[in-house]
Amino acid sequence: MAQLTLKNIRKSFGKAEVIHGIDLEITKGELVVFVGPSGCGKSTLLRLIAGLEEITAGEMLFDGRSVNNLPPKERGIAMVFQSYALYPHMSVFDNMAFGLKLAGSGREAVRERIMEAARLLELESMLDRKPRELSGGQRQRVAIGRAIVRNPRVFLFDEPLSNLDAALRGQMRVEIAKLHERMTDTTMIYVTHDQVEAMTLADRIVVLRDGQVEQVGTPMELYLRPATRFVAEFIGSPAMNIVPATVTDEGKVLPRGAAAPVALGASLNGTSLGLGVRPEDLTIAQDGAPSLFEGRITLVEHLGETQLVHLDVGNDAPLIVKLPRTAAAERGHMLRVSAPRETLHLFDDTGRAVRAA
Amino acid sequence: MGASRRRAALLFLAPMLLTLALVAGWPLARTIWFGFTDASLTDLDGAAWIGLGNYLDWLPYGDGSGEWIGLLVDRQWWRAVWNTLVFTFVTVSVETALGLAIALVLNADFPMRGVVRAAVLVPWAIPTVVSAKMWAWMLNDQFGIINDLGMKLGLLSAPVAWVASPDTAMVAVMLVDIWKSTPFMALLILAGLQMIPRDIYEAARIDGVNPIMTFWRVTLPLAAPAILVAVIFRALDALRVFDIVYVLTPNNSETRTMSVFVQENLFQFDQFSYGSAASTLLFLVIAMITLAYIRAARLNLD
Amino acid sequence: MATIRKIAFWLLVALILLFTLFPFYYAVLTSLESGTALFTPNYLPETFDLSNYRQVLGRGAFPTNVLNSVLVAAATVAISLFLGLTASFALARVPFRGRKLLLLTVLSVSMFPQIAVLAGLFEVVRAFGLYNSLFSLIMSYLIFTLPFTVWVLTTFMRDLPVEIEEAAIVDGASPWIIVTRVFLPLMWPAMVTTGLLAFIQAWNEFIFALTFVSSSDTRTAPVAIAMISGTSAQETPWGAIMAASVVVTAPLIILVLIFQRRIAAGLTAGGVKG
Repeated sequence: MAQLTLKNIRKSFGKAEVIHGIDLEITKGELVVFVGPSGCGKSTLLRLIAGLEEITAGEMLFDGRSVNNLPPKERGIAMVFQSYALYPHMSVFDNMAFGLKLAGSGREAVRERIMEAARLLELESMLDRKPRELSGGQRQRVAIGRAIVRNPRVFLFDEPLSNLDAALRGQMRVEIAKLHERMTDTTMIYVTHDQVEAMTLADRIVVLRDGQVEQVGTPMELYLRPATRFVAEFIGSPAMNIVPATVTDEGKVLPRGAAAPVALGASLNGTSLGLGVRPEDLTIAQDGAPSLFEGRITLVEHLGETQLVHLDVGNDAPLIVKLPRTAAAERGHMLRVSAPRETLHLFDDTGRAVRAA
Repeated sequence: MGASRRRAALLFLAPMLLTLALVAGWPLARTIWFGFTDASLTDLDGAAWIGLGNYLDWLPYGDGSGEWIGLLVDRQWWRAVWNTLVFTFVTVSVETALGLAIALVLNADFPMRGVVRAAVLVPWAIPTVVSAKMWAWMLNDQFGIINDLGMKLGLLSAPVAWVASPDTAMVAVMLVDIWKSTPFMALLILAGLQMIPRDIYEAARIDGVNPIMTFWRVTLPLAAPAILVAVIFRALDALRVFDIVYVLTPNNSETRTMSVFVQENLFQFDQFSYGSAASTLLFLVIAMITLAYIRAARLNLD
Repeated sequence: MATIRKIAFWLLVALILLFTLFPFYYAVLTSLESGTALFTPNYLPETFDLSNYRQVLGRGAFPTNVLNSVLVAAATVAISLFLGLTASFALARVPFRGRKLLLLTVLSVSMFPQIAVLAGLFEVVRAFGLYNSLFSLIMSYLIFTLPFTVWVLTTFMRDLPVEIEEAAIVDGASPWIIVTRVFLPLMWPAMVTTGLLAFIQAWNEFIFALTFVSSSDTRTAPVAIAMISGTSAQETPWGAIMAASVVVTAPLIILVLIFQRRIAAGLTAGGVKG
């Protein structure tokens, strides 16, 4: 139910600054995912929003009101933790009731809220059980239930699925997506290092790197138009191939190891560029048709549905090509691949994307 | 949030800190202060500052000659210091050796290990006074079972007055302490042994290292830090030994330790300030060893 | 070879058991003898005579002394656990300047020689008018039970997951609520362990009990045992002393047998692990 505004938020632990001035606007009812490698500050940022850590500098507003000095309980937030953090000695019911009771809600009101949440999460039959008697997925549902009953303005998730096994993770992901659809007014912030969760759940993704925002956008924006080389390599699996490239006299781009220069129509200067192309955008070039790269196959990884072909085009790293399982590719053979012009990404020497003019 | 939390923390700490100040800090300061006064048991309030008088003073005879008096030249005190050091050295050494042996046995996997471990705790749990009394009875010169056993096994030709005889009184005191404290030592060492990963032993076995070599080259070096900590821990305890000596061999200069010297001077000989001075010296010794312990244990304080 | 080693091993175990248990066994044996049987050394039980127990428990102040010991030890444990629990929360979970130094101080106090504070504590006891009262003992025993309790509870508390506490903070719990309603229920094993160890320490204490109380009905059991004597050295009532010793020791041995695992863990936590 809240709009969040972060203005130049900074956080230091001792002398080390870990969040370097973050500006962010999150609209009401939106599900925003913070994603990034470990140590990028995503969890710290979430904890700053929760009020579990104090902001060193900057201002944080919920619906235009500063919450800088408000303790967590007065911010109207609820949080789901990575390790569930259920109270081990309390039953499922008491776990959900604890916060409400502390807030002084009446017995009947508490009961009603919990029953409603239990129905929603299919926990009705386990209200009397202790957390240790539940499976991982059930525990996570209780943790979510504990958050729901608080009827929060902002719902925070800190890597909630990373303790679950792969099958359960997929299932819970769907449940969280449903929850978001149902709780249209509740703003959700979700921290993960898993890009699949980020891509599938997010209305918008915030990519963080070293305590700074690298890019904010919808999942498809990030995938199709990464603003930086970092985002390009972070989103998408397997990661985007980035090949060192130079600019020819005619203003064309010449990737190292490429068959021929490519005209990208961007105004280019500087010499140490990077040309990016996603493995799934590369296809086998028809005989006679021009190719982008040509090289010897050094390794073929069969994934079942697809195969990943490692191509030695004379660079340090092999070029990864994702091909359908039916494509003929054998180790030691030569392969010519090409990609549509619009799928090529160009990054300057600072790592920023260079867009076609 | 941080500030209110720190406030709460302070509030939570205050009662504990005040209590410790009342029962430890203040009394310690007062004890040290009494050591520099002429306080007597019956007149604590009238204590007057006499500087180092209790430690060392020149007592003139009035004819130009005189003598040094005070703790630092007190034969009895130095005897007590010597007794304490001998007691500490011998008991801690023997307890370490025996404790290590017991710990090695307990570290093996065998049925009823829990029972044996519980049995080993029994001497530790028995009040020291009771231990001393039990051993006093067993060491009794006329009816004691130790003499009886020694005679039957041919180890003794005649009954020995263990506790009363000056030659053996200290042995008796040490014996009781070794019996009582070895289990504690064994448990501390056992904890150290259990921290050694099992696969190291398996690796040694695969490498064909024989058990004795394994003990000297693997077990002992890896358990050494735990043993060192246990030794210091025990040494601190041994240096302040009181109960055993007081109960087993009262009024015996052969066994009088620093703690007994202090207690006697404070409350039996009406030398309150003198006893306070002695306890200050005792405190200094133990404080230094405590610091050594804290460094050796490399305690995790975060 | 393997059999020989096995036999040697079990002999060693038997030797350890003999070494640790024989004195107590012999005390029980003696306590059940009287008259001339007492003064002929024997290794196996021969008589079953409860007259020593009747003498010790039936007359005189000894039952009162045992009760004193129970009261003093229980009160000491209760106070230590309460003060230790709140203090350990601050020490284990709240970062503040000087925390390390504070922990070190607490640890040092636990190694204090009691004798070093005896003179000053005597003055405090007298100033509060507590001389010859059990309160003097409850107060003075805190000097060794409290630092130990704080230290062990702090190590346990440090290991509780941070997220549980943060979940409680988000739920709106104050530090007091967190300690009493979230952490306390999780700390029971640690509380039992430290409580037991503190109880045993207080139960066994001698020097303060000897110094701060003086009349026969305010004494604790260990002092009472130390004071049992006959008219001369030859007439020491060994049977009665052993009976009293067994009475004082038996509850502890039962506790140790039940809780040996916990006690061992607590001892090592206080000593080595840190």
